[in-house]
Amino acid sequence: MNRHTLSVLVENKPGVLTRIAGMFARRNYNIHSLAVGPTDDPRVSRLTLVVGAEAVQLEQIVKQLNKLVHVLKIVELDEADSVVREMQLVKVAAEPQHRSQIIELADVFRAKIVDVDHDSITIEAAGDPGKLEAMINLLEPYGIREMVRSGTIALARGGKSITDGSKVRMQRVV
Amino acid sequence: MAGGNAGSTPEMVTGAQAVIKSLEALGVDVVFGYPGGAIMPAYDPLIDADLRHVLVRHEQGAIHMAEGYAHATGRVGVCIVTSGPAATNLVTGLADAHMDSIPVLAITGQVARSAIGSDAFQEADVTGITMPITKHNELVQSPERIAGAIHEAYHIAQSGRPGPVLVDIPKDVLNETFAWSWPERIDLPGYRPTVRGHGKMIREALQLISEAERPVIYAGGGLVRSGADQELFEFATRLGLPVVTTLMARGVFPDTHELAVGMPGMHGHYSGVMALQEADLLVTLAARFDDRVTGKLDAFAPHAKVIHVDVDPAEIGKNRAVDVPIVGDVKVVLGQLLKVLDDKSDADFAPAADAWRQHLIEMKREHPLRVEQPDTGVLKPQTAIRAVYDTWGDEAVYVAGVGQHQMWSAQVIPYSRGRQWINSGGLGTMGFAVPAAIGAKVGVGRDVPVVAIDGDGCFQMTFQELATAVQHDIPVVFCVVNNGYLGMVRQWQHLFYDDRLSQVALPQDCPDLMKIADAYGIPGFRVMTVDELDTTLAKAREITDQPVLIEFRVDPDEMVFPMVPSGASNDDVIESAEEWRARLAAAADDQ
Repeated sequence: MNRHTLSVLVENKPGVLTRIAGMFARRNYNIHSLAVGPTDDPRVSRLTLVVGAEAVQLEQIVKQLNKLVHVLKIVELDEADSVVREMQLVKVAAEPQHRSQIIELADVFRAKIVDVDHDSITIEAAGDPGKLEAMINLLEPYGIREMVRSGTIALARGGKSITDGSKVRMQRVV
Repeated sequence: MAGGNAGSTPEMVTGAQAVIKSLEALGVDVVFGYPGGAIMPAYDPLIDADLRHVLVRHEQGAIHMAEGYAHATGRVGVCIVTSGPAATNLVTGLADAHMDSIPVLAITGQVARSAIGSDAFQEADVTGITMPITKHNELVQSPERIAGAIHEAYHIAQSGRPGPVLVDIPKDVLNETFAWSWPERIDLPGYRPTVRGHGKMIREALQLISEAERPVIYAGGGLVRSGADQELFEFATRLGLPVVTTLMARGVFPDTHELAVGMPGMHGHYSGVMALQEADLLVTLAARFDDRVTGKLDAFAPHAKVIHVDVDPAEIGKNRAVDVPIVGDVKVVLGQLLKVLDDKSDADFAPAADAWRQHLIEMKREHPLRVEQPDTGVLKPQTAIRAVYDTWGDEAVYVAGVGQHQMWSAQVIPYSRGRQWINSGGLGTMGFAVPAAIGAKVGVGRDVPVVAIDGDGCFQMTFQELATAVQHDIPVVFCVVNNGYLGMVRQWQHLFYDDRLSQVALPQDCPDLMKIADAYGIPGFRVMTVDELDTTLAKAREITDQPVLIEFRVDPDEMVFPMVPSGASNDDVIESAEEWRARLAAAADDQ
């Protein structure tokens, strides 16, 4: 099944996330990843959904999402032409003799050390999913105590905005 | 109607008063409901309101009545009940209305905001529970929001693809006093249904029609919702396009017209099923390629290109690939198509389909419904239903439950207009007929007879609403086709489970339906044999000022044919029990 990244603008109303998640569950669609957060307009939230679907099903997913009253706009992002990021926090076992190796590894991935304890290091990294996978593979031998990863967020490259020429006609609150 | 209050002292009202004022502002004339704890504040201003309240006996009755009302009138049906179990009793009706695109507004009470989430008495997460079976819903968080929520809900329910919308209102919100104002405008930036069809697609559709040799209009329930009878008639007759009407669309094109080919689907007319199978073009108008119509999907209408008109974009391409998609309200789109005909000429687009039309006329003649009614004695259910139609006639509205009696009623009555036939199609809700007929009767008024044709299984699910009909003086004709079985399940067990009948017998004389009629204080009539049919119905017909109950004791062995077995191709339609047995025998010989 192909992965598709959808950017969805929704009204910031109670239950909107449940409506979307529920629709996916009810219609037996696959969500690989979901991230939601505010936009520059406090009444609008932006979701990034990564879904697994063939073309016909993707069309249904978009149409069914559009039927939700609180959904304002849906755009499929072409991964090749978008900035795609996930964020990851990893707590790695770090005996004193391994500490410098782990810090070097983090540097290679342009990750940050955000916490250090007697026998562990917590690393913060952001990037595309492939880069984060690669970092995990290299850290694994040291012993991963705990990790957490965000859903994908993405923006199209170039100057255009998702709200350009949009049906979104909400007045901006100044 | 209350307007804005600019410059004057705002009118102070409670949330409960705001609910009633909102309904009045929307022109709602009747609500079906049942009071209880959390909704009780709203029942106080109801006493003085310009609203008729029909007190039901079970909340499921309230929502099916709202559905029947909406089905029969095209207006939004409104029901109002309390929190918790009352709201969960709406679930079946909401799902039913969602499947059949019926505009319903459900208002439910909720526990006070401070108690939400505490597992309070009669608390249920009603917006959560009903999310997948409503078009939209909202938990109202402040009294100022009541009018907006109800106004939006009403608009969403009846526009675009109609459906049920639920507004859940906490008790303390109903009790709070605030400054009333009615939002004349509603703001739904994420909800803008497309009404007009795309001009290019309109032209492409007419091009395909003009080139077709075996075109068929596949007419769906959306035509009824949209009130497009006239436009459909004009379009079909001007271009000479044969019409099949689905279970949800029966009557939207008159069955007696020579272009009418009948009902398609699992228990459709032979000609309705085969017209689609043989067609080279389906002009699909507000139908949704439901599995009960298509049978085995990849064997459905295998030679046909498809034009698909629907107000819901998600229906287009959902089950069947489409050649010409047209998103829009079917009444408006038909108007656009007719406009092109007006601007040019019918002859420019009328397909050369004389041979096809002739073929379908012959097919109808050669493959009629097969009912073998002996002259005396045992009463066939189809005979009883046809006699009901002959008694109450074309002016009446017919309402069915779910099962064999529903299919026979869809098959044998020649319908002539949309909204004349009301049933639960998508969800297949047993028990629908009694309350839906009551709601329909409230909607159409004194002068139009409303006849419920129910089965004995269905009737026993909801007949408590007879008391509602009596108390509120709603004179519905309730017919029960009593074969002493869950007939459709029995039919399947007979055909597909080697006649091993499992839990399908309902004693034909328990309950004694004449005693039920007696208990509710209404006239009861029982027809045991075909000989008594006409005289008994004539007597029942004379009663127009109160509900009537008529029981038909019918042949329990009768099955519904034609039938396309579940999962089979429509080409394998079986026309009679004899044909079924002959096929079984032939299959046995082959082995």
